[in-house]
Formats: sequence, structure tokens, C-alpha cells
Amino acid sequence: MATDAAPTTEGRRRNARLQCGAMTTSIFGSAVLRTEDPRFLTGAARYVDDIPAPGALRAVFVRSMMAHARLSRLDASGAARMPGVVGVYGAGDLPLRPRPPAGNVEGPFERPVLARDRVRYVGEPIALVLAETLAQAEDAAEVVEVELDPLEPVISPEGALAEGAPVLHPEAGTNLAHAFEEAWDEDVLDGAEVVARVRVRHQRLAPAPMEPNAILAVPGDGGLTVWVSTQVPFDVRDELAEWLDLPKELVRVIAPDVGGGFGSKLHVYPEYLACAAAALRLGRPVKWVETRSESMLGLNHGRAQVHDVELGATRDGRLVGLRVDILADLGAYPIAAYLPPTTRTMLPGCYVVPRVASRGRSVVTSTTPVAEYRGAGRPEATLSIERAMDVLADELGMDPVELRRRNLIPPDAFPYRTPVGSIYDTGAYERALDEALRLVGYEELRREQAERRARGERRALGVGVCCYVEVTGFSRREFGAVEVEPDGRVVVRVGTSSHGQGHETAFAQIAAWVLGVPVERVRVLHSDTAAVPRGEGTFGSRSLQVGGTAVHEAASAVLAKARAVAAHLLEAAVEDVDLLPEGRVGVRGAPERSLTWEELAAAARDPARLPGSLEPGLAAEARPSQREYTYPFGTHVSVVEVDLETGEVTILRHVSVDDCGRILNPMLVRGQVHGGTAQGLAQALYEEMLYDEWGTPLTGNLAAYAIPAATELPAYESAHTETPTDLNPLGVKGIGESATIGSTPAVHNAVVDALSHLGVRHLDLPLTPERVLRAVREAGPA
Amino acid sequence: MLPSRFEYHRAETLDEALSLLATYGEDAKVLAGGQSLIPMMKLRFAYPGHLVDVNRVPGLDGIEERDGALRIGALVRHHALETSELIRSRYPTIAAAAPQIADPLVRNLGTIGGSIAHADPAGDLASVMLALGATVVLRSSGGSRELPLREFLVDTFTTQIRPDEMLTEIVVPAAEPSSGGTYLKQERKVGDWATVGVAVALTLRDGRIARAGIGLTSVGLTNLEATEAEEALAGAEPTDEAFAEAARLAAAAAHPVSDVRGSAEYKRHVVDVYVRRGLARAREMAAA
Ligand SMILES: Cc1cc2nc3c(=O)[nH]c(=O)nc-3n(C[C@H](O)[C@H](O)[C@H](O)COP(=O)(O)OP(=O)(O)OC[C@H]3O[C@@H](n4cnc5c(N)ncnc54)[C@H](O)[C@@H]3O)c2cc1C
Repeated sequence: MATDAAPTTEGRRRNARLQCGAMTTSIFGSAVLRTEDPRFLTGAARYVDDIPAPGALRAVFVRSMMAHARLSRLDASGAARMPGVVGVYGAGDLPLRPRPPAGNVEGPFERPVLARDRVRYVGEPIALVLAETLAQAEDAAEVVEVELDPLEPVISPEGALAEGAPVLHPEAGTNLAHAFEEAWDEDVLDGAEVVARVRVRHQRLAPAPMEPNAILAVPGDGGLTVWVSTQVPFDVRDELAEWLDLPKELVRVIAPDVGGGFGSKLHVYPEYLACAAAALRLGRPVKWVETRSESMLGLNHGRAQVHDVELGATRDGRLVGLRVDILADLGAYPIAAYLPPTTRTMLPGCYVVPRVASRGRSVVTSTTPVAEYRGAGRPEATLSIERAMDVLADELGMDPVELRRRNLIPPDAFPYRTPVGSIYDTGAYERALDEALRLVGYEELRREQAERRARGERRALGVGVCCYVEVTGFSRREFGAVEVEPDGRVVVRVGTSSHGQGHETAFAQIAAWVLGVPVERVRVLHSDTAAVPRGEGTFGSRSLQVGGTAVHEAASAVLAKARAVAAHLLEAAVEDVDLLPEGRVGVRGAPERSLTWEELAAAARDPARLPGSLEPGLAAEARPSQREYTYPFGTHVSVVEVDLETGEVTILRHVSVDDCGRILNPMLVRGQVHGGTAQGLAQALYEEMLYDEWGTPLTGNLAAYAIPAATELPAYESAHTETPTDLNPLGVKGIGESATIGSTPAVHNAVVDALSHLGVRHLDLPLTPERVLRAVREAGPA
Repeated sequence: MLPSRFEYHRAETLDEALSLLATYGEDAKVLAGGQSLIPMMKLRFAYPGHLVDVNRVPGLDGIEERDGALRIGALVRHHALETSELIRSRYPTIAAAAPQIADPLVRNLGTIGGSIAHADPAGDLASVMLALGATVVLRSSGGSRELPLREFLVDTFTTQIRPDEMLTEIVVPAAEPSSGGTYLKQERKVGDWATVGVAVALTLRDGRIARAGIGLTSVGLTNLEATEAEEALAGAEPTDEAFAEAARLAAAAAHPVSDVRGSAEYKRHVVDVYVRRGLARAREMAAA
């Protein structure tokens, strides 16, 4: 078990140790400082907007101000005459095929690149204005004449299914884009002596990465070079090629430094296609950088599900069955309708739940499309089961921790197949729970809570526990390549796409460890389709387990080859040749019979010096596939104080024990946990994307949409247990989303817990002071 | 997010600034810290043809007590208020409010003159100045006049200022002994506009309230002075009961609207709670 240590000095010492080539220490647990950070900290990082683009036209989109309307007229003639304007394009001017809905959606829910005859959400692109300068493009965009005849909007998912609701996609004839049922007709609560019922609203969130969306498309040599702020450069390349009828080889896509994505940069946005098409047509570079206000409506939103949860148990607190009815709001275009089914796969959480019934209905509404957002489907499952557990504990008059203990999947049950078909690889759930309770001092807090209540204090104390398990490693195959260059330096190529995570450090660590070279001698190339032959990108907390494994495998192959070369040159048996502690390859126990990587690389280039069977070069590629997903888990405990007079909530402490398998670099893990916790707490207390009855966003900029900062957030107390997975050679699982998934329910439960003596059982998120106060008042005096 | 085209003038003296204002009239805007004006221009809610930058005009950044009054120059930055020894030691309402305005970046640039002239009812300083009974000094090429702040504020983003005038000074009656005050702000997060803000100032004399000032933020078309509550307190004993009654009156004087920060009903409730808490705190300070 490891608790947070002061990162810097320790990290530096470890870096130094690695630099000395003292490779006997394990690859794991080394807080190597991020090799990316010097450029971020000195302002030398390059985001799309920083890429020099001489002669680039600036793009500005004219967007819908209405949620649902007929587009009856688009007149760009005035705008086209404005100074500096080079082109104004509507749907008719850029003949781009509409985009299909997500794979699991049946029916014609197509999304036009630019709106044709109808707009379906505020912010939908209608026209593209291109001018020599940004100011000129903005001035011209203001005078593009758009006539919209309002149609009745569809604001809520409930409203989308209501009788007589306006149909957003007339060709589809329905707002229901996707549905599933599993055991829905079965009485899964049969035998329950107590049933907890709760409606959990997973409010709509805006991912709001620091860097908004952006693209620079430069035409040339019959093709395109594109810099784009994305998590999936290969997807962008493939789709640009397909939509623009270009051979893939003529499209090069580069994701330079990317200022966060959180899932919102997993899609090929209509703006990418429009800008790329315009660049090709005009033969000039086109650059588009979203404003923050555009970004709040343009980047896909997240969550937006409503769950009706029923959880049944016996009087002694044994779970009997779970029934969850999921209603998901997909926004105007169903581009990620697989999310509710993902939620389904995690519904029972970390508990033995004998029977689970579920139903999912996913609908379109006249709002920004909803897609992946940090956790993508798993936070919804976790919040629902964890809220239901607390409601059930209340009904049973049982401590919520005790109820959890009685139902946690025991450590000897793994691999564990859940009733919804997920196969949890490894877990030690109670150990994480115990550790979190120990760190927070659970019993002591319960005592203090009782004392405060007895004294009738205005500031109520609440403690909330969340045990979670989640799933990571989607898209289980990934590309990795390792090459030792003639000067002994190592180049790693990988198909994942770091956008803040620190892969350049993590993957360098892996190659450095396998090859016995200092981290500084390893360069990691990624996110450039010309530098890396193929890849999937970064999402779903997959990168270390699939990308890292690919790098590990490729590096191991390089080492194997190096051993063969060394054995040949040193006239030794391969079995006697190994990586020596000094970072040389040679005969074990006889360091004088060894070669440096420079010598090996030189030899490997010369066929005359190679054993007959080997190809020249010290390089290897790998594209392994992980057999199954991995299931990180943990426990978060939040301690909050609630002002009973105003409803104001203060998070006093937040303790997390996250288990992501083996930890490669504790500092990178800590970064993910801290950021993830911040976003989870933000969902609990602050964030919500709101629309008025006309479908106009009420929180379309950062003055209205509340994102907390360091000042609002507590000092994180994060610790870990390490339960390796056997699904990859590194034993690692994902950590990118765990803390987001675990933290929201902990805070949610804590605030309800603070009010539980008043009879409060549930509250909707976010827990604004007003909501909390209303609950206090409705509950009446204790 | 770029403003529409405008012409930029940098005034080196007050006279120059005033003459530019006289020349361009309605089409000109004073540029002080720019923390409200520039965002409005970028959002194209405002599109002045001429900006008169007054940041170099000397003599407008003083904080001093003179002739029984505290005089604060229009160009005094929020940061300067926050760190002024004079303010900290003698004007607790201002001292409490200044660090709660926006964030350090905004406080380094934003000015008190800009905050008050902008007349955004969500601005914090106007409530403070209402509670303290401040007046504002308005100058034009033709002369100068002084108005009580409560008359100066007319409506949201609207004041009594004429296009050729500049606000040059805020004048606050000098602090009296046995005084206390504070500023309580409910904000969703640091740097956010107030959901509700309450400024209180209290002076005790012979066991009674000599003067009470209460200013309210974000609960009306302008920053509001809770005059009925102030009057009810004047001359009364500083008891919890008197404070509760004043809080009730202040809440009744508030006219908040429902928005993403809370419903009107909730905001009124917070006014009630904060006025009570603020007065109790001010009483403690006055007694100390
Ligand atoms: C992110 C952010 C958060 C903020 N949060 C808060 C907050 O929590 N609380 C708060 O009170 N404020 C807040 N503000 C506003 C900030 O305090 C501004 O500084 C202030 O409102 C305006 O002051 P300024 O000097 O920047 O004025 P400017 O923006 O330069 O001007 C504002 C208006 O006043 C006029 N004006 C300025 N000076 C004069 C003068 N001397 N005479 C006549 N007219 C003049 C201008 O012409 C313009 O119309 C925030 C601003 C930002 C950007």
C-alpha cells in the first residue's frame, strides 16, 4: 500500500537512479518526472493555434441560435462582400455527405455537416465564413442572414417520448434512437424483504477542456496535412479521407500538444470536415479555433441519463436483485448511443447481486449531442448503485459500510462473472474499503457526527462512502514499435494519443527499463499519422495497458534480437547473454564480454555481422490484443460539512484508495487521481448544463457554468492498493477515469448523510446550496 | 471573440481625457481596468467607436483620509484596496469585500471607478459603498459635481453620468470609533459573481446603534441599500432581535430574479441569513 509522498525530491532521486542505469530496480513505482513538463511549464508547448500557418484563412462558423427550427433562408451575399472575405459556404456550397449515427442506432438519424433545412440544437453549424483575418471573419459572420422558423423544441428526454412530442428527425419517425431490455419481464426483486427505490439524475455536463476544439488544414501535393486537437488522429485521418475522397496516404493528421479532451475530442466534428473541404477547394490553409462560448455548446456533452433504480435485499442486508430503467438523452444526433449499454454492463458494481434487470431507452432532444465524458457510462452505473446502497442502508437501519461489506464480491471469487455478463478480472474490494476507512478515521467521524447532532449544531457533518469498480481497456488492440538508432538512442512509436496524460514519460520508462537505457535516451513518437503507421488513440483509460503493453512487447523483441546479435558477435550462447546492470548486453558474469547499444545498433545494420537468420536493424513492432477488459476498483470517502441555514456545502476531506493494478509511475497516477477527483467533485456540487423551455442554453459560458478551482477543492488524500491483472504482462489497469467515477457518489452520499437525521434520503445533483436547503426545510426539524 | 472596430485614445492627463469625452460623446467609453468593458466588447454587447484609456492619467489612484472623509481615486485597483493598510485598519467592510472580488488577475486590473460606473448590480464594491454612505465625484471639462451613490445608480448598467463626464473619486465618511463591518458573499466558486452579497457597516454609541448601513449585491436592478432595515436599526440596541428584524426588512427590500445561481426565493433567504450574520459580526468588531 502506498500513500502519496512528496513527489519532487523523491522523483528526482528516482530519475537520477534511472539515469545511472541502475536497472536492477523494478520498472514499477518510479515517480519519474514528466519529460513533457519542461515544455508545458515554459510555454514552449505547441497547440493547434500555435502552429505557424502563413497565409492561413481564418474560419468562423455561423451557428443556430434556436434549438429547433426550419432553416428557410441563408443569404451570404452581404457577408461575401465584406473586406477580406474569401468564401461563405452553406450546406449547398460544400457538398459533403451527412454523417451516419453511431453504429448501434437503427434508422436515419443522420447529421449534416452544415445544417440543410433544419437545425436541431443551439450552436449547430449553419455556414462557414472564411476571411484573411479572424476579425474580418467575425465581422462577416455577423451579417450572414439566416432565417429560422421556430419549431417546438424537445428539451428533456422524458419530453422526447411524450405523446405528441415533436419529432426531431422526421425521416426516423421517432425520437427513440436506441433501446434494449434485459430480463426486464422477470421479477428480479422476488424474495426481497426491503426494496430501496431511487431516481438518480445524472446531470448533463460540459467537458470543458482547457484547450477548445481547433483544426488547421493545409492542402498540398494533392492531399492535406491537418493539425487537430483530437484524441484519435487516425480516426480523423480515415474519415477525412473517406469524406473528401482522398486516398489515406495523402492525408496526414497530427495531434500536436492537446490541452485536454476528457472524451470530448473522440469524434470527427462537422467543423473538421467543413474546414478541410474548404481548404481543398480554395487551395489555401484554413484555421479554426473555437471560442470558449462555442466550445461549451460545440463539444459533445456528457452523462445526461436518468435512472429509476430498485434494489432489493433481505432484512439482514443480503442483496437479492436490482432493476434499473435507463433513460438517456443523446442530444440532437445519436453519435454515442452505445453509452447506456456500457452503463448496463456495470450496473451491479462491486457487489454480489444475484439478479439484474435493466432497460435502456435512448432518445434525441434538441440539445448538443451527448457522448463520452470522463468515465463514459461507468459513472452513471456507479452513482446509481452507490446511491441505492445508501438508501437501502437507511431503510434497513444499517451502517452503509456494513451493508457494503456484506455484499462485496469476495477476493477469492475472481475472475468473477456478473449477472450482466462482465468478467471482472481481479479485485480485493474490501481491502480498499478498509484502507480508505482507516485513512479517514471512519469511526471517529461517526462519533463526531453524533455529537454535533446531539448539540444541534448549525454545521452538520456528513460522511459518504463509494465502493466502485469500473471497466477499462476498450479497443483492446494497439500498435507499438521500438527501434534502437545508430547512436544508441531509442525511438518508441505508439498508436495511443497522449493529450495530457504523460505517455511520453510512461512509455519511455517501459522501453528504458526493458532495454536498460536512461529514460532521457528514449523518444516517444505518437499522434502523427506520418510517424506512426497505425493506432487507435487514447480513451477509456486504455493507453498503458494496451499501448504500454505493445511498447513492452516491441522492446522485449528488440532486446531478444540484441541478445542474438551480441551472442553472435561475442561467440557466446544466447542463453548466457543478457542485459547487464550497466545497460550493456553481454555475457552474464563477464562484463568485459559485452556491447553497448551503439555497438549493437551499428552491428545490426551490417548484414555481414549478423547471424544468418536475422534481418538487419534493431527494431521491432508489436500489435498485441488484450484478451478481455480490466476492472480497476477502489473506495472513495468524502467528509462534508453542510450549513443547515443556507445549504452551503464544504468538502472537508476526500480520501481515495484506487487500485489500478500495478503502478508504473506513481506521479502520473497521482495526476490522474487528482484531476479525476476534481471533475467528480465538480459533478457532485457544481456543474450542470441547463436549458430553458425554448432549448436555449443557460450555462453556455464559464460565467454561468460553474467549474470549481483549487480554491473550492480539498487537499486530496489519495492512496492505492495494488492488485495486478493477469490480462497483460505489465499487470496494469487504467486509472484515467477511476477517480471521477469514485468521487461523485462519495460526495453525494456524504451530503445526504449529513442530512439523514432529518429524514433526507436523496437529492439531485449538483448539490447546490438551494437544493440542499430545500431538502432541509422540507424535511423539517430533526 | 474579437471586438468590432474602434479607435483607441490614450489620455495622459485628466483634462485630455475629459476633452476627448466631450468630443466623442455617446460614441466614447472610458477604458479603466477593462475587466468589464473588454469582455462586453468581445461578446459584442458593447461596440464603442472610441476608447479613452485613462490608465495613465495621474492623480486618480490615491487612498487617503482628508477633511473627515476617506477619498478613493477612481483608478484604485481592487488589489490596492485589498492591500491598503489604511483600509485594513479602519474600513473593515471594504477590507472584507476587496479580496472577494473576482480573482487576483482581475483584481490587479479592475478599478473601483470602473466597478461603480459600470453599475452591474452583481458588482461588490457598490454595495460596500452604499453601506458606507459614499458619494461619487463626477468631472467634466465644464466642472464637477458630487452625488450620493444611491442617486448615482439608476438601473442595470445605467447611472446618472453624462457622456462627457468621468467618475474621478469615491468619498466615504471617515470611520468612527466603535465601528465594525463586513461583507458576506455567497458565490458558487471563487471568482464567480455573487449569488448574493451583503455589505454591513455598524457604528455603536453609548450601547446603541448610531448608524447602520446595509448594501445588497445581485438582488435587484442595481446594488440596493436596505434603507428600511437601516432606519429600523438606527438608535436601537444592537440585539439579536433587532438584527433579525433588520434582516427581515432587508430581505423584503431585495428583488432578486431566479437564474442559474438560485431562485429569487432562495436569494432572499440568503439575504436574511447574511444580514443577521453580518450585523452580529460587525457588533463584535465594534465592541472590541
Ligand atoms: C472573470 C471576472 C470576474 C469578475 N468578478 C467580479 C466579482 O466577483 N465582483 C465584482 O465586483 N466584479 C467582478 N468583475 C468585474 C471587475 O471587478 C471589473 O474590474 C469592474 O467591474 C470594472 O472595473 P474596470 O476598471 O475593469 O472597468 P472597465 O471594464 O474599464 O469599465 C467598465 C465600465 O465603466 C466605465 N468606466 C470605467 N472607469 C470609469 C470612470 N472613471 N468614469 C466613468 N466611467 C468609467 C467604462 O467606460 C465601462 O463602461 C469580474 C470581472 C471578470 C473579468
